[in-house]
Amino acid sequence: MSIFKKKEKGSMPVISTASLPDIVFMLLFFFMVATVMRKDTLIVKNELPVADQIEKLDRKNMVIHIYAGKPSSRYKNVGTEARIQLNDKFANLKDIQPFVLEEIKSKPKELQPYLTTSLKVDKDTKMGLVGDIKKELRTARMLKINYTTRSGEVTNNLQ
Amino acid sequence: MARRLAPEVNAGSMADIAFLLLIFFLVSTTIQTDYGISRRLPPPPDEIQPSALVKEKNLFRVEVNQLNELFVEKKPMSLKDLKAAAIAFLDNGGGIGKESCEYCKGAHNPKSSDNPSKAIISLVNSRETSYETYIAVQNELVAAYAELRDREAQRLYGMSFGLMKDHFNDPNYSGNKENLKTQIEEIRSLFPEKLSEAEPVTASL
Repeated sequence: MSIFKKKEKGSMPVISTASLPDIVFMLLFFFMVATVMRKDTLIVKNELPVADQIEKLDRKNMVIHIYAGKPSSRYKNVGTEARIQLNDKFANLKDIQPFVLEEIKSKPKELQPYLTTSLKVDKDTKMGLVGDIKKELRTARMLKINYTTRSGEVTNNLQ
Repeated sequence: MARRLAPEVNAGSMADIAFLLLIFFLVSTTIQTDYGISRRLPPPPDEIQPSALVKEKNLFRVEVNQLNELFVEKKPMSLKDLKAAAIAFLDNGGGIGKESCEYCKGAHNPKSSDNPSKAIISLVNSRETSYETYIAVQNELVAAYAELRDREAQRLYGMSFGLMKDHFNDPNYSGNKENLKTQIEEIRSLFPEKLSEAEPVTASL
């Protein structure tokens, strides 16, 4: 009998979970390092088009973001027409110039000539709105722009 | 009694705490995806000096209408042919004498552009064109310039233009940066990016 009992005990060992926190912490640190906090909460639909002639937009602190697109599903009361988003709010065309000038002012003086405006425009937006934004930027003399895209084959755009 | 004196701290909930933090970071962060086509806008309209007249043959008209259809020189074209057409136009080198282009490998058609430095691509879009199509067209035109510059950089310096730019932006690059800068400028001047964008048209093209 004693032989049987011993066998039963050996077949059900307790798995130690002591190293589980270590594994999870490792994952946690990876995500903490590899990810960047989203600065603005998106309130417009923002599915970027794809392109392959792209350049990296590094130096996060030298970029001004302008979003445009249809209001996302939570903001249906605003309508379905594509809108501009500056910071966390919907904005009109005439708000772009003050916004850009304010953003330029908030950056250190030596960085000001190198600022880039990143246009994050939803792919279904009409060019009319984009053209109007570009016109406002020209008037504000903020000439360096970047059409932010995802990378991929452009032929995926035309279907 | 001895067992009571040395109690063990239960570390079982440590995993729960770590999971909670992990999930918070997973949800609240996004992996950086900021890549894009960089362009430079022209200065405000009232600051542009009227430039000299451009010859019709030095102008490459690209139009995208409200139905997202592409027209090149008034003729319909599919997007996949646009890059080749733009390269053929830029690289044509049909000029003679002072305007001739020694490095051009194009058809030297006298009816097309004289010289890459004279060739202008004009992109016109309708207000109703979708942004997606516009980006696709922009991308193809930028790709045409990139390919020509790559070819020249390969010929003159044995290195692609993209690689030269990467080296220039790389702080660990061991070569001579000043030298590289002049080389990049040189290639840029061989094929200057002359992409004009007119005001979008409201009426149908």
